[in-house]
Amino acid sequence: MISAPPVVLEVRALSKQFGAMPAVVDVSFSIRRGEIVGLLGPNGAGKTTTISMILGVLDASSGSVSVAGLDIGQRRAQALARSNFAATYATLPGNLTVIQNLRVFGLLYCVPALGERLEALLRQFDLDHLRNARYGVLSSGEQTRVNLAKALLNRPELLLLDEPTASLDPSAALSIRQQMRALAQQGDCGILWTSHNMYEVEQVCDRVLFLSRGRILLEGDPRRLPGQHGARTLEELFIHIAREPLAPSREEHR
Amino acid sequence: MKLRPVGGIVLRQLYLMRSSPIRVIPMFAWVVVDIVLWGFIARYLNSIGNSGIDFTAQLLGAVLFWDFFTRIMQGVTVAFLEDVWSRNFLNLFAAPLLISEYVCGLVITSIGTSAFGLLAMLILATSIFGLSFFPLGALLIPIVGLLFVFGLALGILASAMVLRWGPASEWLIWPIPALLAPFAGVFYPIATLPTWMQTVAAALPPSYVFEALRSALAGRPVATDSLLWGGTLALAQVVLSAAVFGYVHRYVVRSGLLARYSAENVA
Repeated sequence: MISAPPVVLEVRALSKQFGAMPAVVDVSFSIRRGEIVGLLGPNGAGKTTTISMILGVLDASSGSVSVAGLDIGQRRAQALARSNFAATYATLPGNLTVIQNLRVFGLLYCVPALGERLEALLRQFDLDHLRNARYGVLSSGEQTRVNLAKALLNRPELLLLDEPTASLDPSAALSIRQQMRALAQQGDCGILWTSHNMYEVEQVCDRVLFLSRGRILLEGDPRRLPGQHGARTLEELFIHIAREPLAPSREEHR
Repeated sequence: MKLRPVGGIVLRQLYLMRSSPIRVIPMFAWVVVDIVLWGFIARYLNSIGNSGIDFTAQLLGAVLFWDFFTRIMQGVTVAFLEDVWSRNFLNLFAAPLLISEYVCGLVITSIGTSAFGLLAMLILATSIFGLSFFPLGALLIPIVGLLFVFGLALGILASAMVLRWGPASEWLIWPIPALLAPFAGVFYPIATLPTWMQTVAAALPPSYVFEALRSALAGRPVATDSLLWGGTLALAQVVLSAAVFGYVHRYVVRSGLLARYSAENVA
């Protein structure tokens, strides 16, 4: 019998309340190594709040987050050393060059054999010719590739990608999707992927979680979910959920 | 605490300075202006009176040491503000970086940048205006050390203020040295101040430094117990500032301010 790959992210009963406003309510899910899980939902659904709590830059009101078995609240540095992220809203210092940024973050993540790792990532993301260009003058697509290179510096067991292809042209987006898919298939890491591009989600994700008003409303295979819920496409299902967020609970859909 | 993350914080600042020489200019520019201005004022005062006071030592020495303290403080805050200006907090604090490693990196950066300024001030003050530090002898060590530690304490505290109140609050921290100067007795004895100001001065380590400096230059015995108390205060304040920074960091993580820090409207 083949045992299931190890869990790299375990989110249990996670909630976040800002004053009287609940941003995330009792969210639980897990990601195994080799798996790409899509976190979907309309703007303000609680995706970024959830990611912030997983990254340890926001404390949960209740619940827990474990990365590779390490509780983020209790063993923050060790847990973060096993994860990394790339997000369009988390840009790197624009006044440093590509190679300088990667070297600085390589030191922060204590990456062994840093020089070799940097060269490999520059090649992987076709950044070799931009190594001495300042990050701030790069196109948004090039910046995204640098962000992804930074996100893979420490060979993370958990990779958080918040709209990783939002600024890329279709060809570059395809290349990134293929690379991330290959990375997951090698079994090196589990990936939490957010996107508003439902075509991309269908292509990349093994499983999706639909978040609305801070709660997970649906969970399942992105290719089968629409049919299970009377929608023709994932996008149609998304729109339905976004407009009618008070759908039956997650348990009822299982 | 690991050395490599500390090295990463320092390296980032080195890269900034290497890529933009304009960033190096402020390390020298204002201290040069201060030394030149006060050097000529001191020279003029020496030429018109027979007070027996060596204004070069009294005024220029005081300006030099006060500027040194200011450079130390600003060395920490500017290194911190670079991360504010480049909206780098999310990447930094989502990395396995300990707060102690981050603050240590800022402190090492400050030592490097202020050393440049101090060197420029010393060269100018000694070569052009004839300021000599020989009369101070070994007293120079506690003077520089105490101002250094207090500069670190204020720099860390000012960084905590910006972390707590957001990027707009940076304008609160620039005037801090100017606000403290009247209480610290940089140019006059603390006894000159009204009682309430003397009470504030007693909590400021530089006030003990400048009292000791004046005593030494006037040939009077230096109150070593006061200087020791000033040093103890400065050490306690740097520990307190680090604790405040740690507390503020925990607060901004708990409240969600850190996650939203890239937005200028954090209040």
